[in-house]
Amino acid sequence: MKRMDAIREISGKAVQSDALIVCNIGIPCKELCSIRDTDNNFYMLGSMGLASSIGLGLALSRPHRKVIVIDGDGSVLMNLGSLATIATQAPENYLLVIIDNGSYGSTGDQPTATAKGADLAQLARGAGNSLVCEVRDPRHLEQALQDMDHGILVVKAEPGNADVATISMRPEDILRRFMSGSCRPSD
Amino acid sequence: MTPSKAVYNGIKDAGIDLIVSVPCINLRELISLVDRDPEIIHVPVTREEEGVGICAGAYMGGRRPAILMQNSGLGNSINALASLNLLYGIPLVMIMSHRGVEGEPVCAQVPMGELTPKLLDTLGIPYFIPDSMANAAEDVKMAWESALEGKMPSAVLLPISFWRG
Repeated sequence: MKRMDAIREISGKAVQSDALIVCNIGIPCKELCSIRDTDNNFYMLGSMGLASSIGLGLALSRPHRKVIVIDGDGSVLMNLGSLATIATQAPENYLLVIIDNGSYGSTGDQPTATAKGADLAQLARGAGNSLVCEVRDPRHLEQALQDMDHGILVVKAEPGNADVATISMRPEDILRRFMSGSCRPSD
Repeated sequence: MTPSKAVYNGIKDAGIDLIVSVPCINLRELISLVDRDPEIIHVPVTREEEGVGICAGAYMGGRRPAILMQNSGLGNSINALASLNLLYGIPLVMIMSHRGVEGEPVCAQVPMGELTPKLLDTLGIPYFIPDSMANAAEDVKMAWESALEGKMPSAVLLPISFWRG
């Protein structure tokens, strides 16, 4: 399973539950956009490491709306404190999915620390999160996405990027479109 | 009235309803006031940059966010302020205890203390410095209005002299 395969599953799950998606910077955003570009997708273009934080702020602000963050191993390693903050808040509408392919995929596939033994599921548990799951194949990913409404899901994947187009939307348009659905007072 | 209460009144007047914080000794009373307020979601964070991300998400969810931090946290946040807030046009109020200025007993605070206004100028981020406790609430409110109108961060700098009342 590559990142693109995992994102396809996650995007499908998000559509079913009308969830908001915050997607990690770089190729993950392009892959998500090419699979299914919807108003519920927020594409990060900068601020590497902050996908899980943006998703946490969003989930705390909209407690009745489901929020899914698609993050990566390199980005989570850059903001490990976020795992502890998520544990202190533990919102029940927030699912953090970390696609761990052991690789900085957007910058030339340099290995990350998870390729040398760092274990993100254990780090998430050690940070105080009680609901943490790790899957390694598409069947278990599908099952975990059905079973988990919130918590942290680590998806072990192989390195490799799909050949997809660059996102052409302007940053302010990405934000405006996303907020047309993300900040409705009724949610 | 205390300096902390004056800033807190500004937070309430501005309608700020989600606050992330990294402590400073000068912020202890203010953080406690915020933490006890049931109308404000308070999220203590591990690092200021993380807090900038949480505040951006909160704005996207319809809230009015602010960060409470020491000015050293500005250094930890610059990439996020530029490539998240300034890039997309996301408002944020940064309420900063400004250390390393007149009256500072800790020499390690001085370099960032001196750099703080210059860094804000370089980023093009407007900042307000209340010249007395009486102006603090109004300055916080103006900082939020400036952030909202400019679709960008703004700052309130609270130097050591401010906390002495």
